[in-house]
Parts: sequence; structure tokens; C-alpha cells
Amino acid sequence: MSVQLKVDDRDTGEVTQNVLGRDTERRDARQKVTGRATYAAEIRPEGLVHGALVRAPGMGRVELANRAEVEAMPGVLMVLSDARMIRNAAQGAAGEAPVQGVETAAYVGQPVALVVAESFEAAAHAARTLTVTCEGASNEIDPEKVEIAEDDTDETAQGDLEAALREARHEIDRTYTTPSMHSAAMEPHAALAEWDGARLTVRASLQMLRYNRAEIADCLGIDTENVRLLSPFVGGGFGSKLGISAEAVAAALAARELGRPVRVVQHRRSVFEVNTRRSETTQRIRLGADAEGRLDAIGHEALVSNLPEEDFSEPVLQGTHFAYAARNRLLVQRTARIHRPAAGSVRAPGEAVGITAFEIAMDELADEVGIDPVELRLANIPEKDPESDVPFSSHMLAETLHDGAARFGWADRPRAARQRREGEWWIGSGMAACFRVNMMMPAEARVRLTADGAIVETDMTDIGTGSYSILGQIAAEALGLTAEGVEVRLGDTDFPPGSGSGGSFGAASTGTAVWLACAEIRTALAGRMDCEPGELTLREGTVQCGNRSRPLAELLNGETLTGHGEVEPGKAEDKVRQATFGACFAEVAVSDVTGETRLRRMVGSFAAGRILNPRTARSQAQGGMIWGTGMALTEALLHDRRDGHVVNRDLAEYHLPVHADIPEMDIALLEESDPWAGPLHAKGIGELGICGSGAAVINAIHNACGVRVRDLPATPDRVLGGLS
Amino acid sequence: MRPFDFTRPDDLEGACAAGFTEGATFIGGGTNLIDLMKLEVMAPAHVVDVTRLGLDRIEDEGDGLNIGATVRNADLAADPRVRRRYPVLSRALLAGASGQLRNRATTAGNLLQRTRCPYFQDRDSACNKRTPGAGCAALGGEVRNHAILGTSEHCIALHPSDMAVAMRALDAEIEVRDPEGGMRSMDLDHFYRLPRDTPHIETRLEPGDLITSVRLPAPKGDRQIYRKVRDRASYAFALVSVAAVLRMEGGKIAHAAVAFGGIGTEPWRDIEVDAMLTGETPSDSLFDKAGEVLVQGADVQDGTAFKVPLVQRVLKDVLWRAVA
Ligand SMILES: Cc1cc2nc3c(=O)[nH]c(=O)nc-3n(C[C@H](O)[C@H](O)[C@H](O)COP(=O)(O)OP(=O)(O)OC[C@H]3O[C@@H](n4cnc5c(N)ncnc54)[C@H](O)[C@@H]3O)c2cc1C
Repeated sequence: MSVQLKVDDRDTGEVTQNVLGRDTERRDARQKVTGRATYAAEIRPEGLVHGALVRAPGMGRVELANRAEVEAMPGVLMVLSDARMIRNAAQGAAGEAPVQGVETAAYVGQPVALVVAESFEAAAHAARTLTVTCEGASNEIDPEKVEIAEDDTDETAQGDLEAALREARHEIDRTYTTPSMHSAAMEPHAALAEWDGARLTVRASLQMLRYNRAEIADCLGIDTENVRLLSPFVGGGFGSKLGISAEAVAAALAARELGRPVRVVQHRRSVFEVNTRRSETTQRIRLGADAEGRLDAIGHEALVSNLPEEDFSEPVLQGTHFAYAARNRLLVQRTARIHRPAAGSVRAPGEAVGITAFEIAMDELADEVGIDPVELRLANIPEKDPESDVPFSSHMLAETLHDGAARFGWADRPRAARQRREGEWWIGSGMAACFRVNMMMPAEARVRLTADGAIVETDMTDIGTGSYSILGQIAAEALGLTAEGVEVRLGDTDFPPGSGSGGSFGAASTGTAVWLACAEIRTALAGRMDCEPGELTLREGTVQCGNRSRPLAELLNGETLTGHGEVEPGKAEDKVRQATFGACFAEVAVSDVTGETRLRRMVGSFAAGRILNPRTARSQAQGGMIWGTGMALTEALLHDRRDGHVVNRDLAEYHLPVHADIPEMDIALLEESDPWAGPLHAKGIGELGICGSGAAVINAIHNACGVRVRDLPATPDRVLGGLS
Repeated sequence: MRPFDFTRPDDLEGACAAGFTEGATFIGGGTNLIDLMKLEVMAPAHVVDVTRLGLDRIEDEGDGLNIGATVRNADLAADPRVRRRYPVLSRALLAGASGQLRNRATTAGNLLQRTRCPYFQDRDSACNKRTPGAGCAALGGEVRNHAILGTSEHCIALHPSDMAVAMRALDAEIEVRDPEGGMRSMDLDHFYRLPRDTPHIETRLEPGDLITSVRLPAPKGDRQIYRKVRDRASYAFALVSVAAVLRMEGGKIAHAAVAFGGIGTEPWRDIEVDAMLTGETPSDSLFDKAGEVLVQGADVQDGTAFKVPLVQRVLKDVLWRAVA
């Protein structure tokens, strides 16, 4: 039995909020800070051996010149170069093998072999000793230099952009660039593979197990049922662990051949080139507006890149489709096929870079029109989805703009640039709106209820976001238990397949499956009470129906009640446009001497449906705002201009913001409930904070010192170039 | 990492003997050496730990200080004598790396840390410093944390230290013990070597030479400033840094020692710049001229052109602060 829901319509039910919606500490917090949460690479089974990936130093046909010599090195067990090894990580939710094969290297840094040895040190040393030569290819690595195939072009046009721009009272036409970026999760990608007959178990660091399981099976050519994945703890993913990566396949192949458990941990330097990067983008944005700033024309053309044969194209325009009204629109997406490391989803693919550039353009337009940037946004909020004409499921952009402006004290800001100075520091403020699509993914979960409490099981992952806590809260709410009364088991493909973590859909999708599983249990209990499920109240071990009440233990009579919930997206996606909204306000100081920018404060106000746990939601919003700050000020993956390889492959030179870069952040999560988002009325919050915060910083730099940075990140040299 | 022998002698003689064996390298805090060993950019056969030799003291010496080679960066920065009389050194140390790294890093190790040039760290790229004669992949590559002064056609690698920049402005001397037990001292001014056609030889140390301490003479100026420009607020190497030690007499600059980080193949100091400031009355035009003299003959690439105006602006700012 199971309760299934296809989300076709608005939900009319009520959700009580006792445990749900309460600010609750993360269940795994203590385990993590005391080192008791075990990650993939931390398990050491009997007979464990170690593998190290070998990278291609060039492109073209691969030769392992001194293979025999390496195989003879002390401790070395094998040099594996197998046609089933993968070229790069699988894309999110692929569910099948990515491009396989190691005979040729498509990009510099591609893993082309695995060396396995008795110790980690021996494996690493042998891997470095293996001489790899690559010949016969000098592939293009510059996205601006290749011709774009028709298949790689996507266009949406409405009205007549050119004509509207000609007639517009105010027009801007600007080009922005963002560099390649990387997830740079703390835990490097790691896998520990072990075979038992035909069955393979991989302890891995992955985000979406139901798809990952199928990907590994497809790579190896075995049945999905024969693969078990375990990822109870994942040290951050941000998209880079959506699909399986090179280490998991290589570990499985080596373990099969050696008959021993094999562990492969990617070197930090390989993390930056084997796992998908966020594509660099070039974005031309044209806007036409009337005297009041009302948009009549929106042009947004994006150039992104990926390796040949990769489906993914950084969806830069995703937010532009619905952000603002304008009758004349031209949105063009082009994908250059080049030979830099593969591009894929990185936290908030699309809006992270697309909305950032667009919201800088909006700031430039506000300047041009001469109106307040907040007013400009308010003047252009669409009544319905501007392209498909369906209504929004809920839309609270205006509220977030007002709320954020009030918290920040926006009214006190000087409109013109270069008005405030403290010593050598120019002080300025900027703002931007935030937009992110809302998605739901198919998910299943099982809940078992006994007199001692409930157990939730799904292969959903917790990548540091709080899934353990939230799923526990949902079950507790539905079954009238305390949060402690629910045990949550995740990250094991022996459990029903959850949605996985990605695209901000985890909590709402898998959470709904848990809710439905509980609904099945509630129905069973109602049956035992001889009443309708709607009349049932469960609280602290008692089951109540009208004025009748019985202890839960008595009703269960030693039995276990099991519920199975299953949700999938339905027609709701066509009937309404679902998205999350917000507003970010930033104050920066820019040194007139050095061009250094320091963020002084940031305010974020967000609306993302029902907030299931304010603490974990706030943490996501804050993380997003910090990511936005990094994108604005410091982060750039540098590609060598001759062969495209990633030059800064470590955390010393790939500059994520550090604590000293981030001041206290003021974050508000507005009360909202979206009935189109399923019975929980909750939308995703994991990515929204990135989709605009960076633009607020860039706009603040302009307000501070008059320098308009259009090529991110705004490092001191770029700001300095504009200072007199 | 390649297998290696490890010894931790507890007397100088033993350390120097061990350090003189074939393929031996000393290790202080290991924060640079171990990273490079993991990458096999450095692959010593024998690693000799020098942190148990009693070289971890800071001692008064006349009006100056004698800083043991293994004094940790964090301890040196916090020493009250350093903070009071050599604040430029304290500031430079605190502007470097992170708290964790400074707790481990030693004085000698900091002076001898290798360049952060990414092509040096990448064994798949050509590097004359790593493999003499192999070529330089940085030239024509992604260049940002590279030098504009002291470069050669064989190498544009930057010396990344903050501490050493301050020490140059303080006229530090290096005490060295050779494998036979002989002691000698070298000015920091003559300690490093320009890359020329031998970028793999970075200092005037001979095989087996052990740095025992760094001597600071009495401070020649009471106006000391260290300013570092970087890509993020902490935990980043200098794009440009300036250390200034000045003394004023009757409105004129009586002593000027200015050193620079982020621009040179070694911690940079230009005697011409110091000389033109000395004896002069501070003015915008004087400081502008100093900035011009400093970058004469600068070798800029696409990615390092910004360092010219940046170092000039920072120099001017630092000088005005110092004379104020
Ligand atoms: C992420 C990161 C960020 C950093 N940021 C900065 C920064 O912003 N500014 C900055 O200045 N530095 C920075 N550093 C570098 C740091 O300062 C150096 O790694 C440190 O000072 C080296 O000291 P150590 O004692 O650990 O040296 P070790 O690694 O032990 O040794 C370095 C070298 O010195 C030699 N050596 C050590 N002691 C002696 C001796 N007594 N005699 C002869 N030879 C000796 C060793 O053989 C080796 O070649 C950073 C480092 C890292 C990893």
C-alpha cells in the first residue's frame, strides 16, 4: 500500500504547526562537530587498498608510457585504464553513464587511469610517476572562438525587440561576463567500493542516490538492483555531487578486479577539474523603458560553454523568463562546444549568474531613468508569467522589496554615486531582486510507527542542509510526536528512493513523500478508531477522535504501522508559474587607494513558501548570500589560455570568501504559504540567496565610488581601473 | 609523496651533519615543504626536523633582537618587544596566511618558502625553477600572483612572503651555520638571488647550511607601516604590499627604508627609492617620483599590469601615513 500524489492542483488542506516551522537544532550537528559523522572515506574495511586517479596533461590520444615500470613499484597492485571509466562527472539526474573512455583525453586534467596500491602514499606516488602522454589534438578552448551549431542555440522571441528599443525613452545595451566557478565543497569526492559476488556496495559522497545508482550500474554494465549506495553524510555538494564522478566508477572497477575493497579519494586539485564547473558566461543585456521606468523591451543573450556531448547548458535565462514584464522580448542562449573541463550544475544553475547580470543591468537602467532602483523593480512586477501568461502560484517580490528596504534603511541612501566617504573609503549601498524557479522532483519515503516512536527511511541525502532535521520534524508533526520521537535514516539505496538534494527541491519533495507516508498511517489509525482521518488528532502518544481518545500504544497493540508515500510533479507545473522571490541590500566600502571592496552589511528578505525550520532555512539563505558575495568579489576559476586547464586548483588560490570577508547578515523569511507546492505549501530555499546578492554588491560598489564593474569578480585591479 | 627518511636531532651538530647528507632538507613548521612534497614538486630523500634545537627563542642583543630560526610566526608577531619597536614586522606577520598556519610556520621557513606560481606547483607544466632548462609555462599563461621586478626571461615567479618584506625594511641579517660548524652572517639584502638563468637557485645558502637566527639591528625609524593589498580580507597572498620604516627630523625624512611584496622575485627593496626620499621634505611630487623610480624597467604581463599603478598608490599612501 502507499499514498500517492501527483501535484496537479492547489492543495486545500491545513497544516498544523507544532514541531514543523519551529526553530530546531540540526540533528547531525553534534555528530559533525565531534567527528562522529562518518563520511565515505572514513570507513576502513579489512583488506582496504587505495586508488589514486591519474590526470591527462594534454588533450588527444593517451599513452601510458611507463606502465610496466609503475606496475612493478613496491606496493602497487594495478594500473587501471578501462574503457568504462568516465570522462567527467555525470550531469544531475542523468540516471545513465556519462561519456566513457580513457583512450583519448577531451580536456586537460581528464582522469585517464587509476593506480591502486596497498597504501595511500604508494598509490599517490605511483600515480605521479606514471608518465602520460597525449597526442594529436589541439582542441579549441575559447568559447568566443568557436562556431555555434544550430542545435546549440535556443531562442525565445515575443514582439519586436529592435523596434521597441528604438522607440524606448530609455535604453541600455551592456555586456557582462562571469568566469568559470566551482562548488569547492569541503569534502573531496570519495568512494569506497566493495563487491560481494555480483553485488556492489559503494560508500560515496553523492547528492542524488536513485539516479547515481543507475549511473554506476550503467557504467559497469550491471543491473541497478545489484548496486547499493551509501551516503549517510555528505560534506557539501552544491551540484558537484549530483552525478557520479570518476572515482566511484574507477573504484568499483578496481575492486572487482582485485577482489578487495578499494577506496579512491579525489585529490583537492582533481576536485577542481574532474567535477563540473559553473560555465563562464558572456551576457548581452538590452533594456528599453518608458519615462517611468516601465520596461517595454528585454533582450538577454547568453553565451556559455560545455564539452561536446554534454546535455547541460548553464540555463542563464531561466530567471529572465519570468522576472519582469515587457511586451517585446528576445532571449537567446548559445552553447559553445569547447574543451575546458565539463560544465554542469553549481548551486542555483542559471539564476546565480543570469539574475546577477540582469540585476546589474537593472541598476544601470535605474541610473539612466533616474529613479530609485527599488521603485524600478516595483514598477515592473508582472501580473502573470510574462511569457506563458499563466498566473504565479504566489508572488511576494514586492513584499520582500519593502521589507528589505525598511530593514536596511534604504531611504537614507544617497541616490548619486560618490557621496559618502570615510577616510580613504567610499561608502555605498546597492540592491537587487532575487528570483529562483521552484522545482519538485519525484520522491518516495517510508515511515514506520511503533509505540516507541517513528522511523523515517528514504535514500534522500543530507549534504549539510538539514534534511535529517526537517524530515524528522515533518513526521513528528504528522504523527503527533516530539522531534526526538522520530528517527531518520537517509542515504541508503535500500530505502525508498527520495528526490536527492539539488535544485532546492529536497525538503519540499522528499518532505511531501514523508508527509504522505504519515497520512497512510493516520488513515490506518483512523480506521482503528472508527473515524475519518480528518477527525483524527494525534498528540503525545494519544489518539483522539472527537471526544474519544485512546493511548497510541493500546491502539497499536505491539504492531508496527507502515506508510509509504510517493509524490511526483503533475499538471500544477503547467497551470501556474512557481518561483521564489527575494531582495538583497548591501553596503560596501571601497578603498580609493587600492580598489579593495569590503562588504559592511547585507540584508536579505525572502519569500519561499512555508518555512519548515527557520534555523536551517536561515542558514541556507545566509550561505546563498555569502556565495553571491564570493561571486561578486573573489571567485574565479582560471583557465590557462593555451590549453584551458584549470590553473588555480586549490583553496589557497580559488578564493572563496573567508570569515573576515563576511559581516553579520540580517535575514528575514517572510510568512508565505504556496498551496500549489503540495500539502506542505513549502518551496525551495537552498539557492535563492545566491540569485541576486552578488548584484547588490556590484551595484553598491557603483554607488560607493562610481565604478561600474561588468566583468566579475570585482577584484581590486578591476575596481582600481575605474578610480581616478 | 615519495618515501623519505625523517630525523629529529636535538643538537646543532647532529642537525647539520644530517642536513648535509645527499638529498636532505631541513623542515621547520612544514607548512610549505609538506604541501610541495605531497605534490612531488619537492622530493627530499631525508627530512631533518630543526624544531628541537633550542632555536626557538627571541633574545635581546644590544639594542636589537636575535630571533631564533624556529620561532613561530605567531609568537614573533605577539612578542612585546617586536610589537613595540618593530611594529612593521608584527603587522606583516599578522597580515600573512591564517592563525593556524602562523602557529606552525617558523622564521627561517617563512624566509625560504617557495613561490606560489601555479605553474611551479603543477608538475605537468614547464618550470625552470623546478626543472632547470625546462622552460617557463607562466610566460604567456595565467599570470597574476607574479613578479614585475627582478624577473628574467626564464622566470617571473614572485617571492610570496610578507614577513621578509618587513625584515628587509628593518635591515635584518641572517645567521647561518655551515656543515663544518662555521658561522657566518648575511644581510637580507644579499641573501636572495635574482632568477637570471638559474631560477632554481634562490638564495646564497650552500648545501647543508642551516639558518640559526635572524638579527634585527636597533630600529632606525620609529614610523613604521605595513600595508597589504589582497583579493580577500584575509588568507590571501599580497597583490602588493609595502613596508616602510622612516625617521623624521625637522620636517624632513632622515631615514627611509621601503620594501615591497607582491612585485618582486625576491622581497623587494630599491636603494634608489630610499636614497631619493632621504633628506627630503614630504610632498606629493616626491612620493610620485619615488613610485616612478621604483617601477623603472618593470616587466609587466597582461595579468600583472595593474601592479604598477597599484604599488605606486599604496607607496604614496604609506609614505604619507608614515610622515604624518
Ligand atoms: C594557504 C596558505 C596561505 C599562506 N598565506 C601566506 C601569506 O599571506 N603571507 C605569507 O607571507 N605567507 C603565507 N603562507 C606561507 C607561510 O608563511 C609559509 O608556509 C611558512 O612561513 C613556512 O614556514 P615553515 O616553518 O612551515 O616552513 P617549512 O615548510 O618547514 O620550510 C620551508 C623551507 O624552508 C627550509 N627551512 C626551514 N627551516 C630552515 C632552517 N632553519 N635553515 C634552512 N632551511 C630551512 C625548508 O627546507 C623548506 O625548504 C601561506 C601558506 C599557505 C599554505
